[in-house]
Amino acid sequence: MQGFLEFFDIYLVEAVINGILLGGVLALLALGLNLIFGVIDVTWICYAELVMIGMYAMYFIVQYYGISYFIAAPITILLVAVLGALLHYLVIAPLLTAPPINQLLATGGVLFVLQSFATVAFGVDFRNLGIRLPVLALGDMNFSYARLLSFAAALIAMVAVYLFMTRTFTGTAIRAISQDRQIMALMGVDARRIYLVTSALGGALAGLAACLLVLQYDVHPFVGLSFGPITFLICVLGGLGNFIGGFIASFVFAEIISLGGLYSDLEWGYVLAFAFFIVMMFIRPAGLLARRS
Amino acid sequence: MKGRLAAGIAGLAALIALPFVYRDPYHLHILVLILIWSFAYTSWSIMGRFGLVSLGHGGFMGIGAYVTALLWNHLGLSPWIGIPLSMAAAGALALVVGYPCFRFRITGHYFVLVTLALSGIVLQVVTATRDYTGGSLGYTPNRTRGSGLLALQFDDKTTWYLIALAVWVGGLLIWHWIDRSMSRYALEAISEDEDAAAAAGINVTAEKLKITLISALMTALAGAIYCQYQMFIAPDVVSGIAVSLQMVFAAIVGGLYVSFGPTVGAIITILLAETLRIGFGTQAVGWDNLVYGVLLVLFIIFLPKGILGSLLERVKLQRKPSPAA
Repeated sequence: MQGFLEFFDIYLVEAVINGILLGGVLALLALGLNLIFGVIDVTWICYAELVMIGMYAMYFIVQYYGISYFIAAPITILLVAVLGALLHYLVIAPLLTAPPINQLLATGGVLFVLQSFATVAFGVDFRNLGIRLPVLALGDMNFSYARLLSFAAALIAMVAVYLFMTRTFTGTAIRAISQDRQIMALMGVDARRIYLVTSALGGALAGLAACLLVLQYDVHPFVGLSFGPITFLICVLGGLGNFIGGFIASFVFAEIISLGGLYSDLEWGYVLAFAFFIVMMFIRPAGLLARRS
Repeated sequence: MKGRLAAGIAGLAALIALPFVYRDPYHLHILVLILIWSFAYTSWSIMGRFGLVSLGHGGFMGIGAYVTALLWNHLGLSPWIGIPLSMAAAGALALVVGYPCFRFRITGHYFVLVTLALSGIVLQVVTATRDYTGGSLGYTPNRTRGSGLLALQFDDKTTWYLIALAVWVGGLLIWHWIDRSMSRYALEAISEDEDAAAAAGINVTAEKLKITLISALMTALAGAIYCQYQMFIAPDVVSGIAVSLQMVFAAIVGGLYVSFGPTVGAIITILLAETLRIGFGTQAVGWDNLVYGVLLVLFIIFLPKGILGSLLERVKLQRKPSPAA
């Protein structure tokens, strides 16, 4: 162990591992977005804003009402799931037959609404839970428990979604409808119900991400902008609607951000990630795992 | 047609004469803002109307504003040179991002998300190079000690009003020029069906690149003019996703497919924001965007052609003589 650590730069190893931990949460977000895109063929531009609302919910439940974190988390997940279903019912459902661009722009409008709602209701102050988790020291490397916990929870959630999609009737119907929209209605599946369930599931994943992110970051009305764009890039890089591609792309991006941040500021990590993305668009325009036809 | 031209010239003359008759500085300021943003929204809708929905225009606008200001402050380069340079930079970026998008047929969601990345990059670069750009705190071009004309800095609102008016009219002329060109038909065919358009002999990539380049150059100019007028720019005011969405919103509310649509959109959004700001004072933070967002969603669901577009359509329907008569 000691020889191995001497061989590599210790900060490099720390950055690599932190990148993997960050990748877990990003993968969770990408999964939710991919799920909705794959099934309903809609991109929720406001996805990160749902996470923001969830972070505020956690803040108020834990901080204001003094309820324990582990009771607050399921409440938040449920709340954001309901929000996701509402978003589908109120905004997406009336637009299902409209051009896809209109659906996307409508969710852009929702982004404005959620962001400014948070500004009006909660103000622009940065707030945090005030929970300080201890730091795990391994050799000379430090890892925060918050990140480890997030990574573990994100992995468990992804396995749970996988099991739901493969082992239950509803999950099978969701996968089937993403393969062929028209036929499934003939097979006796109520597409509208599946869309609602998917939206709620996507919302729930955003809610879970909110519970995990609130441990590491302060919440403010524009917090969505700091990880929203990166989530979209991950989904496009992995191929929209491609779950495995999204999973891999999350870790690629997280490593670039983490390693880029090691040598310079964190923003340069983001700039590198963006630049990498544009280069990848030249090489693999349809996503990492796309087959060339 | 002749009557329309005469009405247009009369309207333009009235607009030019306005600041010499009416001198209230606040109202002139609002008018200048409306004209500058109308120009920016027109630039967006030039490509937006063909289904090329870009969320990267915040990036082009940011480049226009920041490159001009940085060249002036650090190299002492007059905006008369700086603005063309910044436009060239935005155009180059548009080509670099646009070419793979169009060559590999990245359309729809993918195109929106790729361009979204573009405005994200510009925002992050501006924030990351805070030693030069002032980061998220914003940036001010140095006040000139010499000639105001050389530095494109004027203290009186009338001059700015006339500049903004000229730019806005220029934008509308470009809109009409494209509207009457062959490219318009080509791009409409492309937005309906790319394969069929290509089969009919349209060079899809070249047509799309051309319109993207024009749009990006104009947006960068809008950013530079905005910077010169306000003498203050911040990354979230001239670049980023919020600005891109604001452009989309105004263009859609006003009407994408008519030349004055984006202008109507700018008038509505800016008056709305100002009214809310005056009505609520400092409490209004966020309220304007809340109303914007709700309106945007309602418009896309119920009035996808925008206010002006729907109005014109209704007038046209009424004018058409019914077959029985």
